[in-house]
Amino acid sequence: MAGTADELAGATRKGGPLTADPQLPPTGVDEAVREAEDKRWTPTKIALWAAIALLGGVAWVMLAIVRGETVNAIWFVFASVCTYLIGYRFYSKVIEKLLLKPNDRRATPAEYKADGKDYVRTDRNVLFGHHFAAIAGAGPLVGPVIAAQMGYLPGTIWIIVGVVFAGAVQDYLVLFFSMRRGGRSLGQMAREELGVIGGTAALVATLLIMVIIVAILALVVVSALGESPWGVFSVGMTIPIALFMGVYLRYLRPGKILEVSLIGFVLLMAAIIGGGAVAGTEWGAALFHLDKVTIAWGLIIYGFIAAVLPVWLLLAPRDYLSTFMKIGVIVMLALAIVVVRPEITVPAFSEFASRDNGPVFSGALFPFLFVTIACGALSGFHALISSGTTPKLIEKERQTRFIGYGGMLMESFVAIMALVAAISIDRGIYFAMNAPLALTGGTVESAATWVNSLGLAGVNITPDVLAQTARDMGEESIISRSGGAPTLAVGLAHIMHQFIGGTAMMAFWYHFAIMFEALFILTAVDAGTRVARFMLQDSIGNFVPKFKEASWRPGAWLCTAVMVGAWGAVLLMGVTDPLGGINTLFPLFGIANQLLAAIALSVCMAIAAKRGAFKYLWIVALPMAFAAVVTITASFQKIFSPVPAVGYFANNAAFSKALADGKTSFGTAKTVAAMEAVVRNTMIQGWLSIIFVVLSIIVIVTAILATIKAFRNSTAGTINVDHEDEARSSRVFAPAGLIPTAAERELMAEWDKVPGELRFEKAGHH
Amino acid sequence: MSPGLAGVATGFRSFARYFNGVLGADAYAKYVEHHRAAGHATPPLSEREFWRDRTDRQDTNPQGRCC
Repeated sequence: MAGTADELAGATRKGGPLTADPQLPPTGVDEAVREAEDKRWTPTKIALWAAIALLGGVAWVMLAIVRGETVNAIWFVFASVCTYLIGYRFYSKVIEKLLLKPNDRRATPAEYKADGKDYVRTDRNVLFGHHFAAIAGAGPLVGPVIAAQMGYLPGTIWIIVGVVFAGAVQDYLVLFFSMRRGGRSLGQMAREELGVIGGTAALVATLLIMVIIVAILALVVVSALGESPWGVFSVGMTIPIALFMGVYLRYLRPGKILEVSLIGFVLLMAAIIGGGAVAGTEWGAALFHLDKVTIAWGLIIYGFIAAVLPVWLLLAPRDYLSTFMKIGVIVMLALAIVVVRPEITVPAFSEFASRDNGPVFSGALFPFLFVTIACGALSGFHALISSGTTPKLIEKERQTRFIGYGGMLMESFVAIMALVAAISIDRGIYFAMNAPLALTGGTVESAATWVNSLGLAGVNITPDVLAQTARDMGEESIISRSGGAPTLAVGLAHIMHQFIGGTAMMAFWYHFAIMFEALFILTAVDAGTRVARFMLQDSIGNFVPKFKEASWRPGAWLCTAVMVGAWGAVLLMGVTDPLGGINTLFPLFGIANQLLAAIALSVCMAIAAKRGAFKYLWIVALPMAFAAVVTITASFQKIFSPVPAVGYFANNAAFSKALADGKTSFGTAKTVAAMEAVVRNTMIQGWLSIIFVVLSIIVIVTAILATIKAFRNSTAGTINVDHEDEARSSRVFAPAGLIPTAAERELMAEWDKVPGELRFEKAGHH
Repeated sequence: MSPGLAGVATGFRSFARYFNGVLGADAYAKYVEHHRAAGHATPPLSEREFWRDRTDRQDTNPQGRCC
């Protein structure tokens, strides 16, 4: 294609032509040189990519076709990493070249809006770590564990293929478009591109989806900590540790973040080890042995206080601790899997893959597997991060591929490792841990009987094994510890004890895993409550202007209370649900997250259409259509399915009828109160599903209309107005990817010769 | 120091620098650099003031954390 990268058909570009400063070297590698470099296939390069393709192919054959007794975990690593490398090297470059067309001669917001605080040019590798830490949390650790009910293959394929064609594409596009708009948020972009109706629907949907996501993440923590004195103590200790770190950073040694994180880390380890000792004492066991409802109330009260306290006291220090742990844990888990290489006995497709009444989550493989695993394959929540901090820090336009697309590939790898950890444990233990209490009965004997009655191939569990596993983990019981986190913790302990410490360390590793998952989730809960509160304040502010003032205490407190009340209600509903909260609510989490993805991709599609890239619109339309079909089908099944296990209203009707018939127990609900709770919960869940899906359909339809309008305009020769910031000339250069190419190295050497005062001259700034 | 040990030390230092960057611990240094480069007449904020301002601004401008 002739012309420079930023000359797009059918779109106007604000600002004059980009004029380079003649005193400076070029701010980007020459297009022709880059293309030539890209197309030059040396024998080494050919051999390298052939080897990657071959290894990946062999790994996929081992996972998908060879049917031995067991499969080694290392094939998961090879299959995923090789596919990621190929997707990154080839597919993301297609997107870059055909759809986005970044232009390194254009300054990024970090350059033209530079203020030394929010807009700061950041080294690409540092920003990669920063962005990864912001997007990856407990989600990719939980979803794949729950989805393992269907066997390892469906989840593995969806995580790896989904990320290459959907998840990473979404993150990359949102990051790029937000960067071109000075770092605007997804909500603002939706409003600009889709108009008032689409924009408002997107905003309301985002707000509701955040409430659901926070509630269900909190439910995961509550399920992991219920009746676990050790867990309650060590996770509870993170609060005083974070407070201490906050005071340390504010008053004692401001800015010494690495130092305080190390101190915090040591204290955290002490809290885990101390937790074992405390739980071993009689008073400790009595004091910290809390039931789930108490923990849920504790979390709700904590959530309110944490969201109104100043950021420096609790949220910022815990964020540092969380980032520190995140990177450490993920590196360690990857190392352990590569070193230990556990043998997996779980079948590729389990007995539940072809059924819709699995005990861990209900519903058929399509569409429910694709919503159960959201984070790691396609996560709409990332769109909020990719249109937040990261675009304000990016140094060069071409780096968006490495950070946006590459960062999401990393998260997908985390999801694969979580899956490996979960399936490395015995299947009998897996089902005993993840099925609701109503099925397992709560004791080792009843759970073993129930698991054996499922008729799973190769599963014959004894009560002794279940009791011994609980003892190894330092817990009283592991029966019906649903939510994914405890299963992952058992899997991690199972792998890590072969790597460091032996059997004696298993309880430590279990609580270490619970601790870091709780840490990620609590950070997400705090931050989510705050963001939601501000969104609510902003929305009310349109009618009552006083609410827009962030410093107005009553408004802030009221809106915080509303948001905490909203997620708290859903959390309590999940905790007290006689059907087992995770089982019924987790699909709602996935649906919410993926509807957000569908919204984000719709906005991206409308933007891409306005840029005139109709020929390559399929790059966005494909994942958007898939996400829309999956989530809308899942929502419709949740709303209209006549199967009580799947449909909320069918279940509601079944329980209402039982109550009307005067029954005092029905299905898993053993009392009239429990039956009434089911009637109430299913009604709320059903209506939430309806609201989500209606809002999302509005957004998707308005985006499709905007796309059609852009197409009509462009065929009629009318110019589409885009909302990009005005193009300004860049005055800096940095390589695009992890390893600089030969041409980039040459250019870097030229820039190194430029005298400092020339380089830092800010034309027209301040 | 033997070359091997020096190599380890350099490696460790660059890792610490990287980790600091990811945690955002180098924010003040970058602010001062920007302040100098932009040629402001006023003196830059002190380290303590800068970090105070940074966290206080987060109070009114929250950033989401992902699931």
